[in-house]
Amino acid sequence: MSADPISQQAGPSHGGGAVVALEHLTKRYGGADAPAVQDLSLRVEAGEICVLVGPSGCGKTTTMKMVNRLVEPTSGRVTIDGEDVAALPVVELRRRIGYVIQQVGLFPHMTVADNVGVVPRLLRWPGPRIRERADELLDLVGLDPRTYGARYPSALSGGERQRVGVARALAADPPVMLMDEPFGAVDPIRRDRLQNEFLRLQDQVRKTVVFVTHDVDEAIKMADRIAILQRGGILAQYDTPDAILAHPASEFVERFVGADRGLKRLSLGRVRDLPLVEAVIVEAGEDRETARRRLAAINELSYALLVDASNRPLGWIDQTDLAGSGPVDPEAATPGARTVEPETTLRDALSAMLDSSVQLGVVVDARDRVLGLISVDAISEALRAPVTTAND
Amino acid sequence: MIEGQPVVDWAWIVRNLDNIGARTLDHVVLTVLAVAIGFVISFGLALAIRRNRRLTGPILGISGILYSIPSLAFFMVLIRFTGIGSILTAEIPLVSYTILILVRNTLAGFDAVPADVVEAAEGMGYSRWQRLWRVELPIASPVIIAGLRIATVTTVGLVTVTAFIGVQSLGSLILNPGLANFFLTAVLVGSLGAIALAVAGDLGFMLLQRLATPWARDRALGT
Repeated sequence: MSADPISQQAGPSHGGGAVVALEHLTKRYGGADAPAVQDLSLRVEAGEICVLVGPSGCGKTTTMKMVNRLVEPTSGRVTIDGEDVAALPVVELRRRIGYVIQQVGLFPHMTVADNVGVVPRLLRWPGPRIRERADELLDLVGLDPRTYGARYPSALSGGERQRVGVARALAADPPVMLMDEPFGAVDPIRRDRLQNEFLRLQDQVRKTVVFVTHDVDEAIKMADRIAILQRGGILAQYDTPDAILAHPASEFVERFVGADRGLKRLSLGRVRDLPLVEAVIVEAGEDRETARRRLAAINELSYALLVDASNRPLGWIDQTDLAGSGPVDPEAATPGARTVEPETTLRDALSAMLDSSVQLGVVVDARDRVLGLISVDAISEALRAPVTTAND
Repeated sequence: MIEGQPVVDWAWIVRNLDNIGARTLDHVVLTVLAVAIGFVISFGLALAIRRNRRLTGPILGISGILYSIPSLAFFMVLIRFTGIGSILTAEIPLVSYTILILVRNTLAGFDAVPADVVEAAEGMGYSRWQRLWRVELPIASPVIIAGLRIATVTTVGLVTVTAFIGVQSLGSLILNPGLANFFLTAVLVGSLGAIALAVAGDLGFMLLQRLATPWARDRALGT
């Protein structure tokens, strides 16, 4: 994500985020011996996504609901930009906080546009401005306001409802958004798409988001920082996804993030983050002897990459294929050079490379032209690199 | 049937058109009053139950007992307190009989509001009353209107009985000839008139429901 100051961002929403601080929050429900949340303190920086994750009964939803006072803490307090939320009238507070829940909770008796306009209406915005804002937000979440504005929620698919839910939460441009398993009720493929869409949206709107999920992979994907809670609402670790995967603070965290945390860390990195190795490139039709000499000059590589006239990869070629003289035959290449793009996650890149005959990934641009190579070694090197932690 | 009498005496109907019209209007007024007052009371009771679920048993119990009192007995007993021929004597039982139906349907309507909708409304900053009027009531309305339809049809029928305690309605046409000089035409006009009113009331509410809930048209709750 870019580090542009919020104030300089143009776009449909420019309210930016606010710092949300939980200070020694404890919640005890009447009749229960053990508290649901215990002395929890954490600070969410403006414009960051903080994911609360943990097994069921860890108090993650209770914690989130103490921010908009759907749950009142037994002790401790929550501040937004330094202001104690308990000091505000509760409906006023909630109108300043976007709220998205798993079942969405769209109002079935209102059209999509009216649903999106709910909080602006509560805030008594003038009618034309409410309609304008609703259109703007439907656009922002990728729904054409002319097609969808007048529909009722019963006519929408699950994914469309979820988008309307996000648009509704953003309507009054609140600095803080609370999202309770927002993508939990859609199938995995749609969930992935909604997650990506939300991350792109967040790049534009830069809200401070408190996001609850029980799914570690979702937490790793969505979070700037993850708060792992264990049963009884005890904060087990609060750090960046990378730091948590690299250095789990306890056995509980280690078990919770799973034995494949090395691989999970790889899904945080992108191919573009790694230094590319320059390939020995042989163009089809080139003279064999010059090609052979070029390959021999570089000791680490025993293969050259054969490309076509547009610099698109055809396959790998080795010394023996280049023996003799005359032009290089494109048929001589061992096909199946696996290509990856700069945006590919390291996890997917590794998987592609393990699958190919040569353990190198060919990095190509959007037009399939060769940019360079990455190696398995470079990826394992990346895992040993120092992590970015919350305490930097 | 009395010998020699025609099944329908058209001349009598024409002579008595004014009277028939007046009795029909009486009937409508009695019905509308009963259903309107019954609805206001029932809505209040349903809200009280929503605030405090422990009231469910007592409120539904009492409305059930009221509902089970034989209507003729209810009217007769009240004559001692509120007088013969008084509107009050008619309305107290009529209103009482609507309450069980209307409280039950109002509660069912509110219970049909999905929990996630209520949570979303609360989380977005609706006050309690805003949530009731702008979210819960519109969503509950198909089931509540279904209750009003049943209550209206029942009340139209019961109003005819109030003729026995001297209150004017289409029931007066049915009762007036008396068993001694039974006059079929009057009985038929009174009965068919009551049936027509019941059907009209039912259709009226159905239309209202359609108009008030365009979003529920496909699901047609309570029809």
